[in-house]
Amino acid sequence: MTEFLQQVINSLSLGSIYALIALGYTMVYGIIKLINFAHGEVYMVGAYVGYASMSFLKLGFFESLILAMIVCTVLGVVIERVAYRPLRNSTRIAALITAIGVSLLLQYTMMFFVGPDPRAYPPMPSFMNGSIDVGGVIIKNQQILIIGVSVFLMIVLQFIVKKTKMGKAMRAVSQDPDAARLMGISVDRTISFTFAIGSALAGAAGVLVGVYYNSIKPLMGIAVGLKAFIAAVFGGIGIIPGALIGGYVIGGSETLVSSLGYSMFKDGVVFAILILILIVKPAGLLGKNRKEKV
Amino acid sequence: MNLSRRTVLGATLGVAAVAATTACSAKPGGGGGGAAPAADEIKLGLNYELSGDVATYGQASAVGIKMAIEELNAKDGVGGKKIKLVEYDNKSDAAEATTLANKLMSQDKVLACMGPATSGGFKATIPVANKNKIPVVSGSATADDVTWDGKSVQEYAFRICFNDSFQGTVMAKFAAENLKGKTAVIIKDNSNDYSKGLATAFTEEFGKLGGSIAGEEAFVAGDTDFNTILTRIKGQTFDVIYLPGYYSEAGLIIKQARDLGITAPVLGGDGFDSPKLEELGGAAALNDVYFTNHYSSIDKDPKVVEFIEAFKKANNEEPNAFHALGYDLGHFVADAVSRASELTGEAVQKAMAETKGFVGVTGTFDVDEHHNPVKSIVVIGLKDGKQATSEKVG
Repeated sequence: MTEFLQQVINSLSLGSIYALIALGYTMVYGIIKLINFAHGEVYMVGAYVGYASMSFLKLGFFESLILAMIVCTVLGVVIERVAYRPLRNSTRIAALITAIGVSLLLQYTMMFFVGPDPRAYPPMPSFMNGSIDVGGVIIKNQQILIIGVSVFLMIVLQFIVKKTKMGKAMRAVSQDPDAARLMGISVDRTISFTFAIGSALAGAAGVLVGVYYNSIKPLMGIAVGLKAFIAAVFGGIGIIPGALIGGYVIGGSETLVSSLGYSMFKDGVVFAILILILIVKPAGLLGKNRKEKV
Repeated sequence: MNLSRRTVLGATLGVAAVAATTACSAKPGGGGGGAAPAADEIKLGLNYELSGDVATYGQASAVGIKMAIEELNAKDGVGGKKIKLVEYDNKSDAAEATTLANKLMSQDKVLACMGPATSGGFKATIPVANKNKIPVVSGSATADDVTWDGKSVQEYAFRICFNDSFQGTVMAKFAAENLKGKTAVIIKDNSNDYSKGLATAFTEEFGKLGGSIAGEEAFVAGDTDFNTILTRIKGQTFDVIYLPGYYSEAGLIIKQARDLGITAPVLGGDGFDSPKLEELGGAAALNDVYFTNHYSSIDKDPKVVEFIEAFKKANNEEPNAFHALGYDLGHFVADAVSRASELTGEAVQKAMAETKGFVGVTGTFDVDEHHNPVKSIVVIGLKDGKQATSEKVG
């Protein structure tokens, strides 16, 4: 039982990371139907910004988290402006290929500057290194932090999307960009805003991962980015609560597979879930099957 | 400040290296790679990974070898003859290593070749050595089948480092005898032959010594989250954890294990030997961690102390295992040349095979019938991330 509860804690912290990144995929897809494969790299850049701000600027954890979110916001908006906006009216495959190009560009640019070796985050203040022992189940303060920060950011996101004017604009653009434009909504600004929020969340995830695992490297975004993408597809791509559920389901199933002693198959199982969901319910768990007019 | 100092240091080193090379080639009769070696010098080949993926290994080995040869040349050379090194960069590429071995043996007419540093590269030069009857020696090719494939021995190939499975065997002994462990858990990297080989050897020997393996977990290089497998392990009863793997994952595994409250000793192999281990694992987690290595910088053996002093003076840094192995390699080859009945590849090969009681920084050894050294292994213990104990085992 203790072991089971411990694994639940493990899967919640892993799932939070996936969920944070999956939200960025889902929001961007929801609004311009583009799978932004560079998203995993924004997360990697966030991790490095957090590293730089803690080791060179000597900032604390929360300041570094906010700095990473700001830098990633700018990066996300720049990527959208430079790489995706000129292709707004071209085919979806062209945009997708561009996204992969941007992703490779960021990976290897970063590798050029920091080298391929993994780096360790600087030591954290003591309040973050401790842990709580609840009847044999050890909950690290960092795990509480990851889950706490993730849940907080998701609530903020939900608030922005549901309650603010910008959120309303986002929902409008995702339903019908032309109609939204007729209603006086600036479609370009709304799309930029979406990229900004998604990238900020990815940046936050990067710093959290750096603190939690204590190891960052230029190619860290590939595997996590793919899994977050699966999480988004699982929940129904374009649907925000779906990304959340997807993140926790993927984190949970990965942990479950390893905890049964099949750690070699954990990645395989995650991709099997992707294939299954695409066969059984292509629109995802919360997605509705919309009939397309032929 | 820091940067400029390093640049100056690098430049000085570079100048020193160039000076050393020109000093050798400026000796009378030393000009050009002619057909016949000049009478008063001995030519040895260096075939190393000076650039490419594993350049750090090749460069460090070459630095060690040059230091040994300079020492010898400063005295009297070998049998009154100076040694001349012919150095090539194989770019961490096995095919290139083969080409260079050919060139060294047929064009430069070297008496013996040193390198490459890695098993793959070294193996690629062995057929060339056997064909030309010129011995090749590696200081760090640790794969089990390099000189002996279980059936026949590679006649002209030698190495002066222990092989991988020996590390597993020694660690099992250390766990059972020094740490009095009865049960062990193995965490291995399933994507890596080195890791799997060590794990197999450990399991066999630990069983022979009356121990049992309580569980086995696996990961893949590049993983960062080990909490799940560690939580599984935490639920089991065991005395030690055997973790053959490289520092990049081992550091994280040890940290996460300690965070979860697993306090059992963690044992590993020479893949732990990197400053990155402490960086990734954190000094606080690196207690009760032991790993097998070729040599330890805290060894109090006079030979080792003398080497470290001399090395620091020449290179301004602490020598690592590759430096030490390179240094021993240079002396080992020179020693065989000095004992050879005549200056031919066959005679040197014979002298190498007959080596008894060679005293090096990485241990005293004989060469066995499989062309492997019979040497002891150092088990290094860490305390707060720093090397605190070193014991010779085996």
